[in-house]
Amino acid sequence: MTEVTKPQRIKSLHRAILTISGVALLAVILLPIWRIELIAPQYPEGLEMFIYSYKLGGQVEIINGLNHYIGMKVLKAEDFIEFQVLPYIIAVYGLFFVIVGIVGRRKLVYVLLGAFILFGIVAMVDFYIWLYNYGHNLDPTAPIIVPGMAYQPPLIGYKQLLNFLAFSIPDLGGWIFIGCGILLTYCAVAEWRIAKKQTR
Amino acid sequence: MRIKHHLIWILAAAVTSTSFYACKPKGAGGALSGDAAQKVYVAPGEYDEFYTFTSGGFSGQMTVYGLPSGRLLKQIPVFSVNAENAWGFSEETKAMLNTSHGFVPWDDLHHIESSFTDGMPDGRWMFANSNNTPRLARIDLTTFTTAEIIEIPNTGGNHCSPFTTENSEYVIAATRFSVPPDGPESDVPIDSYKENFKGHISFVSIDKESGEFDIAFQLKTPGLNFDLSSAGKGISNGWLFISCYNSEQAHTLLEVNASQNDKDFIMAINWKKAEEYFKAGRGKKQTNVRYAHNKFDKDTHTASSEIKTEVTVLDVAEFEDLAYLIPCPKSPHGADVSPTGEFIVGSGKLAALIPVFSFEKLQNAIANSDFEGERYGGIPVIKYESALHGEVQKPGLGPLHTEFDEKGNAYTSFFVSSEVVKWDLKSLEVLDRQPTYYSVGHLMVAGGNAKTPYGKYLVAYNKITKDRFLPTGPELAHSAQLFDISGDKMELLLDFPTLGEPHYAQAIPADLIKDKSVKIYDINANKHPHKTNGEAEARVVREGNIVRVYMTAIRSHLTPDVIEGIQLGDEVYFHVTNLEQDWDMPHGFAIKGANNSELLVMPGETLTLKWVPDRVGIFPYYCTDFCSALHQEMSGYVRVSPKGSNVPITYYTGEQK
Repeated sequence: MTEVTKPQRIKSLHRAILTISGVALLAVILLPIWRIELIAPQYPEGLEMFIYSYKLGGQVEIINGLNHYIGMKVLKAEDFIEFQVLPYIIAVYGLFFVIVGIVGRRKLVYVLLGAFILFGIVAMVDFYIWLYNYGHNLDPTAPIIVPGMAYQPPLIGYKQLLNFLAFSIPDLGGWIFIGCGILLTYCAVAEWRIAKKQTR
Repeated sequence: MRIKHHLIWILAAAVTSTSFYACKPKGAGGALSGDAAQKVYVAPGEYDEFYTFTSGGFSGQMTVYGLPSGRLLKQIPVFSVNAENAWGFSEETKAMLNTSHGFVPWDDLHHIESSFTDGMPDGRWMFANSNNTPRLARIDLTTFTTAEIIEIPNTGGNHCSPFTTENSEYVIAATRFSVPPDGPESDVPIDSYKENFKGHISFVSIDKESGEFDIAFQLKTPGLNFDLSSAGKGISNGWLFISCYNSEQAHTLLEVNASQNDKDFIMAINWKKAEEYFKAGRGKKQTNVRYAHNKFDKDTHTASSEIKTEVTVLDVAEFEDLAYLIPCPKSPHGADVSPTGEFIVGSGKLAALIPVFSFEKLQNAIANSDFEGERYGGIPVIKYESALHGEVQKPGLGPLHTEFDEKGNAYTSFFVSSEVVKWDLKSLEVLDRQPTYYSVGHLMVAGGNAKTPYGKYLVAYNKITKDRFLPTGPELAHSAQLFDISGDKMELLLDFPTLGEPHYAQAIPADLIKDKSVKIYDINANKHPHKTNGEAEARVVREGNIVRVYMTAIRSHLTPDVIEGIQLGDEVYFHVTNLEQDWDMPHGFAIKGANNSELLVMPGETLTLKWVPDRVGIFPYYCTDFCSALHQEMSGYVRVSPKGSNVPITYYTGEQK
């Protein structure tokens, strides 16, 4: 490890935050990241689907059973390359957080923030494309075809899809992810201010 | 200052995350107005306003509820055996469940319709259909018992039934599963559906006096699935409207393959014309059919079964003016005629709108030959727009069935969106919608299929119950929901559990039925061949290995109550006559080891239980219906001895003879 000059080192509070965030990110690998709830008059208790980094959880079978009426593709974890690579990507980011926390170099904080924002954007775009494809690529021989109707669930929030109200929201893993992003941003901004003061 | 800064950050994060949950809509609760309880409360000792005859679906039986209380009044056994009152177990009733396939102890009772006079329920009979082994039943509303059952030939599943014409001239029976016509040529490849499978619509005539069934004629059609139908009334009297799905003529994976066409059909049949052709001898006699016709004789309290072998068939494609097809989106379920007979409402169960057809426009289209270029299986197809009165836009999802009130409103059930929607027949505007819990199938407005509906109440028959009642394991009672429809908005009054799976019901004002209800059977009119005329004639008679016990029941003893001389290998018939002539005084009869059921014998009636003893010993028998203070004493013994034993036949009650 190269010697880091004092002005480039970050505050120990920020190092602690980043290290803890890194460990929390590693936990995200095993936690549900996103959830989609479906509420209909005949499903007053709602149907839930959880998206993990490596699998789909919840009442996927029942949802697949309902989706076949409108000709939606069967949801299967095997069909997604994401479930194979996502755990490793998250692990790399988690370790990156921890390393930055240990090394404590200010520049690395900025690099990490950039990389993390990039990952967030790519992940959300990928998720959107995923939802779009499922909602639009419908079997033309499906029993129920409502002209002009697509069944793309919302990225976040509520949307009425025929008799189902779809509700899409981050789950525990997702909130940790967002929390890590907020904390990282906070650290970066705080460090940037310190750096500005130092240069004066 | 710094700390404040941090706190704001944390607060902002917390607010964003919780606000996603805060806007979550409220679940299905269904607020009740304050006076709902009052509206359904029928005080002890008082009567309900309506009898509601409800189909039992897979129970095979008909159930009777009171409205508005939702109280279960009776279960009438029809197509399924009922050990409780020996329906299908007693020697007298076995013949009622006879078919060309032999004794069939279960069926799927789908729909119910009243007998009508001038388009109004007359309170004489209820008709019911069975969907599995195709049959039609007539229930006598003086005794609340099944009086007649007839099997329907050339038919797969008799789903589109038992809808009747304006004066119950005919009851309709039509196949949900087209099949090749009966006979040896019906052994064909299943994938030859299009050429070999045919639909048959039976017109079963009703005798004006006795109500007796007779299959007058059948209409042969291309292979289609007939779902439901309504006869025209008023200006459309003489016509019949049948919803048809699977116009694709698929024979496998119907779920997908029968859901491809944007429009299936409503078949409009000029049944008066068909009757004319039939009477003019234009039909063909088909003699390779076999179907059972079972009648219950009121005087002998005994059913008889006859196998018939002939039916007259008219092929609709051979006549120019018998049947027409109206395109109807998508896999229609209900085809319901408005009270005036002007409008026919199609309910495509996969459609997102409700088409309403006009009888007048239909007649004009026929007069002007306003047909599509191609016929369907030889039947003219009317242009959709030519018959259309209009479409109800965005009514809901999955319309199934429509009934009407007396004020010009229609009520349609929506399975997929789980709601009942009220709309105006003329303007086709949606007026109100109420959720149902959950997934309503049919609905029923009191008199909603009559010329002048009674209105006032609507019952939604839900397919899914879930959390509406205390949980009872995996199987739950189907829930019915009563709405008050007297106001502008429909108001939910009551949930009540039902037996089996109600598909349809008929509500009849109590006054039309209650005073005609039979209290007892006149014992002097009892012509049963094994009736016992008083205790003095009670006896045991051996005829070879058949032993007949002529037994009487009266409070609080059975005569005889000591029987000896029965041997292994004997077939014992207990002919039990209830000597009571007092209202609500049935006696039961049960004997140890009987392989069938008990008997429940009404006052003045004779019923027979067959018993084949399987071992030597003493067998108690007793009255099963708590009849009096000394009911527990109402019992007896049979002694069974080995075959060839020298124990003589003896019998007595009280003193030894």
